[in-house]
Amino acid sequence: MPERAKVALATIGAIAAAALAAWWSSGSSVVLTQALVTGFLTGGIYSLVAMGLTLIYGVLHIINFANGALVALGLYLTLQCVGYLGIHPYVALALVMPAMFLFGAVVQAVLLNPVMRAPIQIQLLVTIGLALAIENGLLLVFGPNPKAVALPGNRGIQVLGATIELSRVYAFVGALALVGVFALLLQRTRMGTEIRAVAANPEGARLVGINTKGIYVVTFALGATAAGAAAVLVSPFTTIEPTAGAMFNLTAFVVVVLGGMGNVPGALVGGLVVGLTEQLAGLIMPSQSPLLAVFVVFIVVLFLRPRGVFGSSA
Amino acid sequence: MTAPGAVQGAPGPASFGLAGAAGREAIARSGRRTWRFGDFAVLAAFLVVAAAAPFVVSGSQLAVANRILIFAIMGVGWNVMAGFGGMFSFGHAAYFGVGAYSTAYCVVVLGLAPWLGMALGMALAALFGVGMSYLALRYRLTGAYYTMSTFAFAEALRLFTQGSEPLRRTVGFAVPVRQGSSLAHFQFPAGSPWYYWVGLGLLGLCLAATITFVRSRAGRFTQAARDDELAAAACGINVLRHKLWAVALSAAVTSVAGGYYLQYYMFIDPQIAFGAQVSNDAIITAVVGGTGTIWGPVIGAIVMAPLSDLVAGFLRHPPESLAWLAGHGGLDIIVYAVILILVVMALPKGIAGSWKACRERRSGNGARMGGRLATRLLSALGRRNGDS
Repeated sequence: MPERAKVALATIGAIAAAALAAWWSSGSSVVLTQALVTGFLTGGIYSLVAMGLTLIYGVLHIINFANGALVALGLYLTLQCVGYLGIHPYVALALVMPAMFLFGAVVQAVLLNPVMRAPIQIQLLVTIGLALAIENGLLLVFGPNPKAVALPGNRGIQVLGATIELSRVYAFVGALALVGVFALLLQRTRMGTEIRAVAANPEGARLVGINTKGIYVVTFALGATAAGAAAVLVSPFTTIEPTAGAMFNLTAFVVVVLGGMGNVPGALVGGLVVGLTEQLAGLIMPSQSPLLAVFVVFIVVLFLRPRGVFGSSA
Repeated sequence: MTAPGAVQGAPGPASFGLAGAAGREAIARSGRRTWRFGDFAVLAAFLVVAAAAPFVVSGSQLAVANRILIFAIMGVGWNVMAGFGGMFSFGHAAYFGVGAYSTAYCVVVLGLAPWLGMALGMALAALFGVGMSYLALRYRLTGAYYTMSTFAFAEALRLFTQGSEPLRRTVGFAVPVRQGSSLAHFQFPAGSPWYYWVGLGLLGLCLAATITFVRSRAGRFTQAARDDELAAAACGINVLRHKLWAVALSAAVTSVAGGYYLQYYMFIDPQIAFGAQVSNDAIITAVVGGTGTIWGPVIGAIVMAPLSDLVAGFLRHPPESLAWLAGHGGLDIIVYAVILILVVMALPKGIAGSWKACRERRSGNGARMGGRLATRLLSALGRRNGDS
């Protein structure tokens, strides 16, 4: 699509301009490379966190404010797997993902399905209440002290002159693989087709015999699974505390809007753009929080392309 | 158009008589409800009763009463925009924070009276709100996108304040303590009932402004645009202008809560002023009480503001059987969250909204049965008429 190509060119141009500005203000190409590589790697994680959010919005039309809290829950589950069971952090994926799937399914079936026809503020308040309950539940059980997960064999490697922790590379690769798996699940399986049908037309889907309530449950569960998977992958380089998810809440919203709400591949592009924006802004405006630049980009994009950078214009 | 469709859907020529009857009834009902002095009479009665609170309660209970006032003003402000204007904001922390920081800047840096700071805060918040909403509405952001944009503006303000040297970054402002009481400086000894009375006066003014707006022509147009924007525009209503008036009023009212918060707690920092929790509190107050009703936010504040205190107090001194609960941080907020979820699931229209719907349903049935007294008797006996 020519318009989509134009938008893509504009995005790349804007990032290149930001990179030039960052290079000029920092005066060092190594610093710039470090920022670019870090931004790219962080962006992959943002995509994974945002994927759950975008999937849930696309199908259920709920803005899930508990997304960050789900990441925090996943972090503590990982901590328990590593601490009590003594397994490798990445093996914890095999336990954390099913656990989060179950948790998400229960949340949707018990809390959200009964209010699916209520006005949006009701669903919003239920997810806000859920976030409060999860974060303070973690505080109650594990206390306020920050904790950490150690990754065996984690060390720094040189990439184009920049030093990168191996854990970040693994996390990026893992996130990309999982985004691919989720996309395949949506495009190639019967369940994925049903999910897309419900997203497109819930009433029609119900008429042709799709169990829409069941699909809602599966979709929210998949969203929670994505949050849990992201949590495992970031656990080696994140401080684990009850409010650790708040940071992911902010960026995930931005990623989702950038990529177009409900658009899974869009979340990937949005994640990379946010990761790069954050790192480059840190170089250009060292005194301000890099997130401020993320929000400025967010607001500008929201106005110019309200359906997302790569979303359809309709 | 077939007859059944005409009866259920838009009234066509075939069902004119029926629609006319329904229309006359609606006009009669709305006519009764627009008697604006009734609202002001209720407001006056509320203020008189509420003003007596410091004679009944004291100490920590008075502190809870002050928190109720802050929540109520925030909820009233949010309700103007979301409940009557149909613009679901998740960024009212922006207006609260602008009110709090304007007041703090005037008092701490410029040495002016807080009242000037509050007035400045109202103006700035209204300007900011109108500017942002103009952009959002001009670019046709609706639904979740509009909500996201309000969230983004509030977060951007929080981050801007954190990085701004004149606003003291993350350190925040502490109001210098004065000797004695001074209404001009809005400062009284700790525990003085004057904080409560002044706050109650501010809430009364905010409610009066809301009632005036909601019952005015502009307010009616705003509600018409909320219910059906296209139809309202087709009737010649300048939808954008009326929505922006609603935003300005909403922002100004919310900023009053920020100024009051600062003068009462005497400290503000970016997280307290602009954090997402502030927006949460404004929404929770209004939604639990009932959006789109005048008194909903006040009822919501009376229910929700004391809740975490009550739970926390209960957990500090639990009965014997629950002694193991004592001293666990976070439990009070979990209970608060669970109650919040249960309330919004059980009463999606909020407390005032459900009550209003129930009353309207009953009076509708009463008209059909030929007497309200019969309905009242029946409901007193517990025999509800079916909805349909």
